Amino acid sequence: MSKYTLEFEESLREIEEKIETVKSTGIKTGVDVTSTVQQLERKLEDKRKSIYKNLSRWDRVQLARHPRRPHSLDYIEMMCDEWMELHGDRYFGDDKAIVSGLAVIAGKSIMIIGQQKGRGTKDNMLRNFGMPRPEGYRKALRLMKLAEKFNIPIVTLIDTPGAYPGLGAEERGQAEAIAKNLKEMAIIGVPIINIVIGEGASGGALGIGVGDRLLCMENTWYSVISPEGCASILFRDATRAKDAADAMKVTSIDLLEMGIADRIIPEPEGSAHMHPKKASEMLKDVILEELAQLVTLNTDDLIENRISKFEKMGKWEEI
Amino acid sequence: MAEWFRRSADKIKTLDKRDTAEGLWIKCPRCAQVVYKRELEKNYHVCISCSHHFRINSSAYLKLLIDNDEYHGIAENVRSVDPLSFKGEKKYSDQLKAAQTKTGLNEAVRVVVGKINGQDTVVAIMDFSYIGGSMGSVVGEKISRAIDHARKRKLPLIIITSSGGARMQEGAYSLMQMAKTSAKLAQYSKDNGLYITILTDPTTGGTSASFAMLGDIILAEPNALIGFAGARVIKQTIGEDLPEGFQRAEFLVEKGFVDNIVHRRDLKRTITQIFNFFGIEKFQNSKVTEIE
Repeated sequence: MSKYTLEFEESLREIEEKIETVKSTGIKTGVDVTSTVQQLERKLEDKRKSIYKNLSRWDRVQLARHPRRPHSLDYIEMMCDEWMELHGDRYFGDDKAIVSGLAVIAGKSIMIIGQQKGRGTKDNMLRNFGMPRPEGYRKALRLMKLAEKFNIPIVTLIDTPGAYPGLGAEERGQAEAIAKNLKEMAIIGVPIINIVIGEGASGGALGIGVGDRLLCMENTWYSVISPEGCASILFRDATRAKDAADAMKVTSIDLLEMGIADRIIPEPEGSAHMHPKKASEMLKDVILEELAQLVTLNTDDLIENRISKFEKMGKWEEI
Repeated sequence: MAEWFRRSADKIKTLDKRDTAEGLWIKCPRCAQVVYKRELEKNYHVCISCSHHFRINSSAYLKLLIDNDEYHGIAENVRSVDPLSFKGEKKYSDQLKAAQTKTGLNEAVRVVVGKINGQDTVVAIMDFSYIGGSMGSVVGEKISRAIDHARKRKLPLIIITSSGGARMQEGAYSLMQMAKTSAKLAQYSKDNGLYITILTDPTTGGTSASFAMLGDIILAEPNALIGFAGARVIKQTIGEDLPEGFQRAEFLVEKGFVDNIVHRRDLKRTITQIFNFFGIEKFQNSKVTEIE
């Protein structure tokens, strides 16, 4: 598979193919192609820079969904000194679309809860494409309560195309499970950092997304509905997702401007999937930095600040 | 001569075509029975033959629940803006204006303080006719103020929901209203406030996945559609037809997510019964005044 799969990466793919052709010609003919290759590689980097400087909203949506983009467990593996996954909601089952467990990062205990997408068909079936069911939200809450009991901070990694719209999920109270998390997370007495690492669609994302800080990795989106969903309802045409992404202003940058995200975590040149290790280091540094600030607050202040943060959200006028 | 063709038996009613044309008669969408509009109104907009609960607006609920229809509005001057300058098929600002003209309301929820069988209560009622009862910043803010008012005055809180979910035209701002209202409810609950939700047709999406499902007591009207995901989306996802009665109020009682189904006729009495059980009269009752 080519490194470049997205439409806007087409010109990068072309240059890279050319480099390969020149290289193999060099090997075949014995002609020195070093300078040509260097020239092309410089061109590739320049092109990449110019593309990534001018990404459209839709480009970012696609990057957020890139099949090679690191998922929760990838970051966990790269960031943590220790990791022990804990399973199950103790009522119904274990939702594989949400992973959770005891993490140690730079010597600090942190409860991590993340939505987990799969890679490839089989893995995606197992992970239900990162779409949690009620038991996933209940597992998350169980472990957040456990963290609270021992004064352990919580980090949630948001990456979901939405809560699963299935028969069983409805029967087992998808709405109740999400609602309960929203209410409980508002008053959990330990720091909670929510980080959008890929996609953040709707209540399914928010179900693990209430906390003291909302951080968005650079190439991510987070909104009330997916661009496709919005397009099919409001434009009556799902193919107009690009327009819907613009209309709803869904990217990390938009959310920062709207005052919903607190901070954007930059990604390495060419997005997180090109340099996962680098991306995870940048993520880790920000987590540690934000936690260091939050742990200085006493519990009452922490909760009061959290509630007043959400209190201010929204735009209206008083006549 | 024409009189000979009139039925004399009471059981079978002859309908007057002229009246139908003038909208005095309404056909029940469920049992197809045609009922006289005034009869329907007298019966709380519930079909006389099959008990189908017609959708009613916030004014009708106020009349139904609040003593003498006397109440004070809260947060009446909060109005929607178009924070994203949303460009859809229609302009959001035009949609807002159209909804206001059509419904005579200024948003999809009304918040009041009034007496229910003598008990001061904060009541928020959603209107489905206003952009599908969708929750944007203003709905979130008004519900939040309703909760705050109930908390400060130590009053019970009732929210009557009818909503398709969050309002897409306000993007992530709408989504955050779910967190905002739920956070407020967490505070209210911590202070031992009593919160009753009454779910009416329909209550779905972001509304169901936030304050609708957070009642201490959750009541629902018969046959109301209640769920998170829309039926069409679920059908597409699982690729099969949905079972009979799926996502209806009775289904939710069966699955354990609604306490009880209440006929509209019994709603006020049921609320009072709950209030009395929990001893709401012991709440510090203050005179109803408007805080804005």
